[in-house]
Amino acid sequence: MLLDVRNVIRMRTISLAGAGSLALAGAAMVHSAQAPQTTPNAQTPGAPVVTSPQAGGSAQAVSTFGALVQKSGLNIVVLDAAHGGTDPGARGTGGIRESEIVLDLATQVRRALELAGFQVVLTRLGNENPSFDDRSAIANAQRGAVFVTLHISSTGLPGTVRVYVNSDLAAVTDSNGLIPWDRAQAPFLGLSRKFGDLVQGMLVQRFKGSPDAALAAGVRQLRTTAAPAIAVEISSIVVEDRAELDRMAPSVADAIARGAAAFKPSYVVANVPGTLP
Amino acid sequence: MTPRWKFMVVAGLIFVVLGAAIYFPILRRRVRRAARQQQQSEEQARRELAQPITVNPGDPRVKTKLFWASDAMDSTLVPVTVELPLANDPVVRSKQVLNTLLAGPVDAELRTLPPDAVLLAFYLMPDGTGIADFSEALATSVPSGIASEQLAVDSIARTLEANVPQVRWLRILIHGQEVETLAGHLDLTGAFVVATRPAAAPAKPAVAAASAEKAPAAAPASTPATLTPEKAPGKLAQPERKP
Repeated sequence: MLLDVRNVIRMRTISLAGAGSLALAGAAMVHSAQAPQTTPNAQTPGAPVVTSPQAGGSAQAVSTFGALVQKSGLNIVVLDAAHGGTDPGARGTGGIRESEIVLDLATQVRRALELAGFQVVLTRLGNENPSFDDRSAIANAQRGAVFVTLHISSTGLPGTVRVYVNSDLAAVTDSNGLIPWDRAQAPFLGLSRKFGDLVQGMLVQRFKGSPDAALAAGVRQLRTTAAPAIAVEISSIVVEDRAELDRMAPSVADAIARGAAAFKPSYVVANVPGTLP
Repeated sequence: MTPRWKFMVVAGLIFVVLGAAIYFPILRRRVRRAARQQQQSEEQARRELAQPITVNPGDPRVKTKLFWASDAMDSTLVPVTVELPLANDPVVRSKQVLNTLLAGPVDAELRTLPPDAVLLAFYLMPDGTGIADFSEALATSVPSGIASEQLAVDSIARTLEANVPQVRWLRILIHGQEVETLAGHLDLTGAFVVATRPAAAPAKPAVAAASAEKAPAAAPASTPATLTPEKAPGKLAQPERKP
C-alpha cells in the first residue's frame, strides 16, 4: 500500500482497519511537490520498528509517520544501523562488513536503552538500505526523540570510539517559515553537541584513547535530521577477528544509554501542536 | 582421383600449413598487444585525458605546506613543508599543490588520499569557490568512514588554504558530477570553508572542514541549564527527490 503524501498539509491520527492498524499523527508538513512516497505497511521490509520497555521489547512495525505516545521531553531514541543492502560500508580483510556489525550492535544498544526506560525506533531490522532521507524521515516524524547512527570506521586506533555531531550549518528558513529539509539539523546543533559530549564522556571512561568530547564533521546522515543527532563510530574494521568488535558492543551500548539518560533532563520539547521536534 | 590431382591436393595442404605456421605467430603477437591495450584501466585513460600541469622552472620556488596524516592510526593532520616551483595563477597553483598532495608523502601510510586518485580539473569561481574535480578513485578507494573521509577533505582544504589565498571555499566533484557523499559518510553536497577570513558566502551554504577539532562548547556559560532548540523549528520541509 502506498501513501501519497503530496500536497498534504497536516496529518492527524487516522485509524485504518483491515490490513493492520496504522497511526499517523504529529505534524508531517509537506513543502515540496516532490515529497517522498511512503509505504506504511507493517509487512513491508524497511519499515521502521518501534520497541518500548512497556512492550517487553517486542518489535512492532509502524509507518514512517508512525506515532508513539507523545510526552514532553526525551522519551524516544531512533537507532540507525548504517549502510545495509547493497552497501556493506567499511570492509575488513577477513570479510567483516560494517553493515552487519552495526546491525548486531543496534540490537544491543536497543536493549540497553529499553532498560533505561526509552522507547526505541530502529531504522532497519535486516539487510536493507533505506536512503539517508528515509532514515531522517523516521526520526523527524517523532516528537521528543534523539537520533543515533552507528558506524564502524576503516581507520583509527582499534578499541576507541568517536562521537560526531554535524559541522556548523547555517540555519535558514524560507519565506513561508519552513526549514529546508537539507538544513533540518541546524536548529538542533547546540543540543546535538550537548548530547554528543555526554555520550563521548561515557565512552572515554570505557575506551581509553577515545576523545574527551564530541567531534564535528560533515556527516550526511545527520544534516537532514530534525532532532538532537549524533554519529557513533567505533575503530575499526581492520581488526583481525570480529570478536574484538563484538566485545566492545556491551560497553558501547551502556555508554549510549547512560548518555541519553544524562541528556534527558536537558531536553524539553515545546508542547506546541504542529511543530517539531 | 588421378595421381596428378593427389599431388595438387597434397601440395595445397602443405602450402596452407606453411602459411599458417608463418601467420599464426604474427596473429598471436597482435592479439597479445591488443589485450595489453585493453588492460589499461579506465583510471589510466583518465590520467591521459587530465590536463597536464605545466611546471615552469622559471616559477619562483616557494615553501609549500602540504597536510598529511600525523600518524597512521591518528585522524589529525600535520603540515609538511616542501619547496616547489609554484605559478602565480591561482588555478594552476591549486593544481600544482593538489597534485603534489595526491602524490603523497614519503611514508605511504601517512597518505590522506588514495594513490590512484587523479585531479581531473580545477576551477575557481569569482566568489572564491574552488571546484576540484577528482577521478572516481577518490570515492572508491578512500577508506570508508567518517574519520578517514573527513581527513581526506580536510587535507585538501587546508593545503589550499595554506598555499592559494584566493580559494575561500571548496567544492568537490567526482568525475564531473556532484555526489552526495565521499564514500558513504561525508557530505559533499555543500562547500567546505577553506579560508576563515570574512568573505561573501557562496551560493550553497558551507560546511565547516575541521573534524579533528573539538566541537564548539555545548552551550555558553550564559545558557540556561535546560536546553531547547535554538530556534523554534516550526515546520519541516520534505526532501526533494531527484528523478
